[in-house]
Amino acid sequence: MSLQLFRGGRVIDPSQRLDDVTDLLVRDGRIADTGRDLGNPDGATIVDATGLVIAPGLIDVHVHLREPGQEDRETIATGAASAAAGGFTGICAMPNTDPVIDNQAAVGFVKARGVAAALARVYPIGCISLGQRGEQLAEFGEMVAAGAVAVSDDGHPVMSSQLMRTALEYAKVFGIPVADHCEDTPLAHGGAMHEGIVSTRLGLKGIPAAAEEIHVARDCILAELTGGHIHLCHMSTRGSVELIRRAKEKGLSVTAEAAPHHFTLTHERCEGYDTNAKMNPPLREAEDRDAIRAALADGTIDCIATDHAPHHYDAKEREFDDAPNGIIGLETALSLALRELVAPGLLSLSTLIDRMSCAPARLWHLDGGSLRRGGVADLVLFDPAGSWTVDPARLRSRSRNTPWGGEVLPGVVHATMVGGRTVHQRTP
Amino acid sequence: MTSILGKDLVGLEHLTREQITAILDTAEPFKEVSERAIKKVPALRGKTIVNLFFEASTRTRISFEFAEKRLSADTVNVQSAGSSVSKGETLVDTARNLEAMRIDMVVIRHGSSGAAQFLGDRIRSNVINAGDGKHEHPTQALLDLLTLRDRLGRIEGLKVCIVGDVLHSRVARSNIWGLTRLGAEVAVCGPPTLLPSHVEELGVRVFRRVEEAIEWADALNVLRLQLERMQAGFIPSLREYNRVFGVTTEKLARAPKELLILHPGPMNRGVEIDSDVADGEHSVILPQVTNGVAVRMAVLYLLAGGAPDWAAAGGDAQ
Repeated sequence: MSLQLFRGGRVIDPSQRLDDVTDLLVRDGRIADTGRDLGNPDGATIVDATGLVIAPGLIDVHVHLREPGQEDRETIATGAASAAAGGFTGICAMPNTDPVIDNQAAVGFVKARGVAAALARVYPIGCISLGQRGEQLAEFGEMVAAGAVAVSDDGHPVMSSQLMRTALEYAKVFGIPVADHCEDTPLAHGGAMHEGIVSTRLGLKGIPAAAEEIHVARDCILAELTGGHIHLCHMSTRGSVELIRRAKEKGLSVTAEAAPHHFTLTHERCEGYDTNAKMNPPLREAEDRDAIRAALADGTIDCIATDHAPHHYDAKEREFDDAPNGIIGLETALSLALRELVAPGLLSLSTLIDRMSCAPARLWHLDGGSLRRGGVADLVLFDPAGSWTVDPARLRSRSRNTPWGGEVLPGVVHATMVGGRTVHQRTP
Repeated sequence: MTSILGKDLVGLEHLTREQITAILDTAEPFKEVSERAIKKVPALRGKTIVNLFFEASTRTRISFEFAEKRLSADTVNVQSAGSSVSKGETLVDTARNLEAMRIDMVVIRHGSSGAAQFLGDRIRSNVINAGDGKHEHPTQALLDLLTLRDRLGRIEGLKVCIVGDVLHSRVARSNIWGLTRLGAEVAVCGPPTLLPSHVEELGVRVFRRVEEAIEWADALNVLRLQLERMQAGFIPSLREYNRVFGVTTEKLARAPKELLILHPGPMNRGVEIDSDVADGEHSVILPQVTNGVAVRMAVLYLLAGGAPDWAAAGGDAQ
């Protein structure tokens, strides 16, 4: 039997409306108790958490771990290490690897690699369609049996409404969300950034906000038709927020995520052709960023997901048009949320923990996301008042493609625990 | 020697009115060099310049090469079909290799917006943008400005309309920056499918019909219509384009005053411009080409750290 007693921390668990300076007891990897002055149980390891927030470990439903196939950018082990360093205890791996994860053997591989790394719970996401070709459904049932928690053709929008309808209907059998990358392909074709005044000045082809919103509208309509659970990935526009709000008012099974870069940065960041500002969906306008922030505050957007997208430094060191989309996000997500959402008073710390832990666990039926008695002891301990400097070379991710290199960010993760086991400990 | 233009000439967006005027003023005495029997001054003797062209170009490349040779520089031309990516070497490797050869200047033409700045940020040599994607083509706009100033005596207060495919045009962007910086009024006119979003925020007005533009303007800068635009579905046909947006004698005949006609070339006669307009008395298309050499000499000279007053004195001694 192992016992750990966390003393004096501010324990925040929105799943039971808890936000109090109190003790937390972990027994054999599970939450045993919370409460003031739990005494000094025999044999307990005492952890002084004074000044720290103790919360259910963060959960990211949208990461790219690049294994199999692109291990020069990231592996499941390095991605999980990056997650642990960022306070994440659960990450959902998108299936657009090489080969793609569209069958039970491939799902099993990702799962097994995650277990072997033993740094975070790695949940595989299976493909919607075989080969992500947008034609024939992959075997959802077989993939779920092997450990898949959702299906997605992320990276490739499901352009066929017929295929999306079928996927939403069929996924109901297994109670899994269908996560869609919303982008009208012909409308977005060849675009390198948001269509607006900055793309006009830089002479780059733009992706209009409408390319996302048309797809969001269609997915909401199909959610109504089928009753299936659509999860909208990386929402970036104010128009999308409006559409989701209406869908939720109708009571549709629509959930959505937003990425830290979309609530932090705007298209002006592309000035100077900075390829670390190139993503898809692209960085939008200040009004869009503000709408995303407000939607995270009022719950229209359910959760924060990083879209962690590692790329080799060579790949980003080239012409903007030719550079790949995306940035790494696991190790900066909490800090950015603290700076952009909590510090200005848009979200309380408790709401933030909901958006980064409780909501994803609840909506995607994942472990953790709560400190209820008997649940897994997946925890993050962080100092919201501390700060650190982002040094891309020192991040745990194998890649360095972050636009925040050199910045001083608030919020220092002191420890991350999965099932009561420490997977990350801050080196002083 | 520090140049009044900084290290590179990537575009006109970030140049001041004084810098642009200095280039135009410096070009004036260089015009005369091209009229001499021995068309050479020693201003860049001993300098090595690479003309790095990743996109096909005849006029711009030859114009730069003449400008370099008339300034006595040693030049090398590198032409590469397609982008550096299809060639297998990245632009950053190309940059490092050039750096290793200790060259003084690079003139780059590239299909990707931002390529000139990318190169400029990574090498110590001066970089001159000879056209990057849809971004900027500063020396083209400078020669347009010089030609307008030659013919109309000023830029300030002139009304200039850029007609055609503004969306894909680096010439249009550089002209908009240069003209507005020098105090001209600028308009654009073209099919809405070929105008960039939020273009008004660049400080230009938009005409839907070319007839209105002709009525308003002192000069038209007529852009080349790439034939691929029709295949890509931006316009239904070249014939219809000519009928609605082409600059024709009939449309010009109804203008209240005479207009100057500019075109960056190469022309599609009978598409964006009719032959009798291109060859007519108000066309300054060939003087533009002549001015191109002088303007490029001025840019090369100034970037190399040359003083404007030396060029004005004839440039024969250094």
